[in-house]
Amino acid sequence: MTMATVTRTPGSQRPGPRPPVRPRGGFLRTLWGSTIGKKTVMAVSGLLMLAYLLVHMFANLKVFFGPEEMNGYAHWLRTLGEPLLRHGWFLWIARAVLLAAVVLHGVSAYQLSRRDIAARPVTYRHQRRQASYATRTMRWGGIILALFIVWHILDLTTGTVNPRGQEGHPYENIVAGFQNWYANVIYIVAMLAVGLHIRHGFWSAAQTLGVTRPGAARVLKAGANVLALAITAGFLSVPIGVMTGVVK
Amino acid sequence: MNLTLRIWRQPDASADGEMRTYEVADISPDMSFLEMLDTLNETLIERGEEPVAFDHDCREGICGACGMVINGQAHGPERTTTCQLHMRHFADGDTIDIEPWRAAAFPVVRDLVVDRSAFDRVIGAGGYITAPTGAAPEAHATPVPKPAADAAFTHAECIGCGACVAACPNGSAMLFTSAKVNHLNVLPQGAPERESRVLGMVDQMDAEGFGGCTLTGECATACPKGIPMPSIAAMNREYLRAAAKR
Ligand code: HEM
Ligand code: SF4
Ligand code: FES
Repeated sequence: MTMATVTRTPGSQRPGPRPPVRPRGGFLRTLWGSTIGKKTVMAVSGLLMLAYLLVHMFANLKVFFGPEEMNGYAHWLRTLGEPLLRHGWFLWIARAVLLAAVVLHGVSAYQLSRRDIAARPVTYRHQRRQASYATRTMRWGGIILALFIVWHILDLTTGTVNPRGQEGHPYENIVAGFQNWYANVIYIVAMLAVGLHIRHGFWSAAQTLGVTRPGAARVLKAGANVLALAITAGFLSVPIGVMTGVVK
Repeated sequence: MNLTLRIWRQPDASADGEMRTYEVADISPDMSFLEMLDTLNETLIERGEEPVAFDHDCREGICGACGMVINGQAHGPERTTTCQLHMRHFADGDTIDIEPWRAAAFPVVRDLVVDRSAFDRVIGAGGYITAPTGAAPEAHATPVPKPAADAAFTHAECIGCGACVAACPNGSAMLFTSAKVNHLNVLPQGAPERESRVLGMVDQMDAEGFGGCTLTGECATACPKGIPMPSIAAMNREYLRAAAKR
């Protein structure tokens, strides 16, 4: 079938915008300059954060095995890479990589969202409910996650907003932190948000990176649900453990 | 059937528009949606009013001209073009909302007519094969593997109607562009320009002000020709491959 060349009403012709002329070379520059490329940056940074969250969630479960186990693990993290790396360096490298991932992800999300909103300036008078809940909440969910990351660092990394906030004693800080009702609420809302974000995000990232194998969609969507559930449930078990007195 | 229509009326591109209400009587369920609008326009002309402007050409579902949003759905409740939508899918006494495609890249020209020349420019940026034209070459000169031929045919179905853009909450043209990129990129004839095609068409798509893809899936649900969602992932892969080679 052929596509008709669009009939143009006289006087309606626009000269049409021209894309920027890009110099050859520069994979990263090409990526950052296009919608597909920025989405790729989001997918890679998102998957990196997802991998980190998975490790982080498993490590958190040590809280159920007592203070020595948890605090010992936290200490061991600082010795990783020694003697090649100095004490604590591994942790700083990981923090730098994660910070870069969060910033790249957030900036791309902001720029792409601005563009998407501008591309549909007039809404339809006849509205219909569109897309799934997880899909529709990616932007608000992302904002919740960004705010939570700040809160979480102030709580358990720097100890600023933690009632105990003693360095080297994560177990005691966790137990003290979750005594406050609002700390629990913030944490629970954020973990539900991260679950929804992963549910849409994992599958979405696979599409962005070009996974097209027939049958892959089903596996990826199921995988997204499993990952989302495991991460949300795993993280939530900690405040629930403190609230119910299993962890004290 | 008697129907109430609420139609977007806008005299020209720079004027403000509004939804206006019209009644149509004695509509046959066998009429197409466009024939129903023709009936309305005849009565409007008899009354000395301006008829409702809408695009149409083939009226057989192959040209892609007849786009309009009916009750919030591109091309209405059935998965087909407006010219192939029949009034039997509506009930006597229904109120039907009719609006133009809404996207920054598709400005309204008048009433339900939008300027879709942005699509032409996306095609112009690489959606063709550069070849000296002359007599048609012998069909078997270039063997095409069966899966590639099937994939090309699937994507060649796209009629450039713009329903995907109209349905997308981001006004994104990813489904259209992916259909056009994949159609040629899977074929041996398209191979020499495989990279410049996808890079050029995506750049033009961005320059036109279409939004990006958030994998909402509204486009593929609205597409009258069944261009599937994985086409977008396939174009993403072509794009990344080409960007890495550049
Ligand atoms: C800084 C806070 C964050 C913000 C503002 C944010 C925002 C967004 C937005 C707006 C999208 C695009 C959604 C769409 O396609 O509709 C997205 C996608 C995604 N996010 Fe986040 N997010 C954040 C944190 C995270 C975290 C912590 C993870 C790790 C699990 C993550 C993983 C992903 C993934 C995998 C995608 C899919 C990328 C793609 O579609 O290619 N995000 N994010
Ligand atoms: S992809 Fe489908 S909806 Fe989009 S322009 Fe082509 S035929 Fe129309
Ligand atoms: S008028 Fe040609 S597709 Fe409807």
